Amino acid sequence: MIRRLMVGVVACLALAACSKSDTAGEGAKSAPAAQISGAGATFPAPLYAKWAEAQKAETGVALNYQAIGSGGGIKQIKAKTVAFGASDKPLKPEELDEAGLVQFPTVMGGVVPVVNLEGVATGQIKMTGTLLADIFLGKVTKWSDPAIKALNPDVKLPNLPITVVHRSDGSGTSSLFTSYLAAAAPQWSSVGASDSVAWPTGQGGKGNDGVAGYVKQTPGSIGYVEYAYAKQNAMSAVSLKNASGAFVAPTAETFAAAAAGADWDKAPGFYLLLLNQPGDNAWPITGATFILMHKQQADAATAKTVLGFFDHAYATGDPAAIELDYVPLPASLKDRVRASWSAIVGPDGKPVYTPAAQ
Amino acid sequence: MTLAADAPAPAPPRSARGAALDRAFEALCFGAATFLLAALGGLVVSLVIGGWPALSTFGVRFFVSAEWNPVTEVYGSAGAMVGTLVTSALALALALPLALGVAIFLVELCPTPLRRPIGTAVELLAGIPSIVYGMWGLFVFAPWFAKHVQIPLMTAAAPGSLWEKVTAGVPNGAGIFSASVILAIMILPFIAATLRELLLTIPPQVRESAYGLGSTTFEVIRKVSLPYVRTGAIGAIMLGLGRALGETMAVTFIIGNAHGFPSSLFASGSTIASTIANEFAEATGELHTASLIALGLVLFVITFVVLALARLLIGRQAHA
Repeated sequence: MIRRLMVGVVACLALAACSKSDTAGEGAKSAPAAQISGAGATFPAPLYAKWAEAQKAETGVALNYQAIGSGGGIKQIKAKTVAFGASDKPLKPEELDEAGLVQFPTVMGGVVPVVNLEGVATGQIKMTGTLLADIFLGKVTKWSDPAIKALNPDVKLPNLPITVVHRSDGSGTSSLFTSYLAAAAPQWSSVGASDSVAWPTGQGGKGNDGVAGYVKQTPGSIGYVEYAYAKQNAMSAVSLKNASGAFVAPTAETFAAAAAGADWDKAPGFYLLLLNQPGDNAWPITGATFILMHKQQADAATAKTVLGFFDHAYATGDPAAIELDYVPLPASLKDRVRASWSAIVGPDGKPVYTPAAQ
Repeated sequence: MTLAADAPAPAPPRSARGAALDRAFEALCFGAATFLLAALGGLVVSLVIGGWPALSTFGVRFFVSAEWNPVTEVYGSAGAMVGTLVTSALALALALPLALGVAIFLVELCPTPLRRPIGTAVELLAGIPSIVYGMWGLFVFAPWFAKHVQIPLMTAAAPGSLWEKVTAGVPNGAGIFSASVILAIMILPFIAATLRELLLTIPPQVRESAYGLGSTTFEVIRKVSLPYVRTGAIGAIMLGLGRALGETMAVTFIIGNAHGFPSSLFASGSTIASTIANEFAEATGELHTASLIALGLVLFVITFVVLALARLLIGRQAHA
């Protein structure tokens, strides 16, 4: 009985092992390995799906991307169960070295504070990072507070209590938003910046739709969502004061301005949060989403296909990104990323992928 | 077994085959039972191992502190524990009278043509996925609840009174009480369906003799039917409670997700399951992951205690 069971289990394992080595073998023989697998951030998942759809038709490369969250993506790539991981939060250069990983940005997005105030449209309410931090700390509790009035003399502000709405689930959106508050307002250091923090006040909604649901249903509320989500749902966004002292509304142009102003030269391993970037027109809460890969690749063919996929996406994927309200990387940054790929080597120590000259 | 031993011995060749089959059958059943036990044991062991870094770092503090701060890496499960117990207890308090009413109506009072449609409707409630309850709760129930229940209650409270404290909260319908209502709707079909099955097991002559003695319908139900099924009813209730304790998605959407002890009936809170669902996917720190797994262990223990208590109560009833 037991022996028969054991035989069955062993047979299953053997079969699984065979099928695995089979695909690897095929991959090594013919250059375009049919299937690449990745896992991680949910934020870029719709875009990766769109890119994958286009490339499947064009080159036959099939991408299996599991949107399990940035944390999951980091864990999976460290465990080498996927060909690439994806994270909304860049890893620090030390962390990359320790795990033998490299990272590169693929596309950008940003976080937008949104409000529910009667008669207030997008961009009408102006705020600074300090004021936003005070509201999310629960220090400023009414819309009629002098601090808000001083910035918005022309807006009729009701005497409503402010309801703070934040993400309840750990997310890159929260990470970017709290990093911005920490950078913009010294008093935020009591809370700190992370995927999930101990919010001093307010309600937590699950996902962008959870936050949006609470904000829409609560007069006098303020929350934060991804730019694409705010735009597609026509939510009232706040204008923020940027590093140059100008108040800007979140639009595709202000995100692009933030990306253009970023100084990637001083960012080893592309470790850069695009917060408070210089430029009169730069939106202050901008961030890129990243791909993580191992430097040392045992399976050079698969790694080559992955890099080929992103190279092709850089070259032809911008319209899809814009259509889905993402912000494409500037061309100079794309070239910088392509150059960085030489660090990814196969078992023979040679780079697995050489991008075609652009 | 005894039947086989008592029966006259059949023809020898069949007996040999039968005995072999019997042994195989026994082994299969034994295998099924031990496999389940092993899976359960493995689950507990893996929860303990996974949660050990948190348990050894925080010790007792993990169970008594309500602080949950992923930035400073300080974790305590008390807030989520209280949130879990409070929402489950409230849900049970709301669902039980309704479920009793449904079950009694279906078995004792309902006109026969209506019996099937109402029974099916109750069972359908049980088949709706949790996430649908969550979405419905957030987008339909919460606004209605805020407008017609929460805001009237809040405005009716005298300033400074205890009532004001109990009803304090964000007036958008999300919080402990709304989560309890959604939970109540979710566990109602389980309790009602089990109670109905139980009431159907009462032999007609028991009921009829009570009627024969001149009892009213209410007296029959209260003094004959309900005492008859009391033992099983506790099992049904505990089944519902077990489901309420572990319910995840629907609660996550509507409870407001604030760590710490809930301060009022309408305040935001969190449960063990909602905290795990919210944070597990993005937990990268070792201590954060370990704390979430340890939370799972706490929930496991709570559910185990509830089920054990139910067993104990049923056992006592059976002997009485």
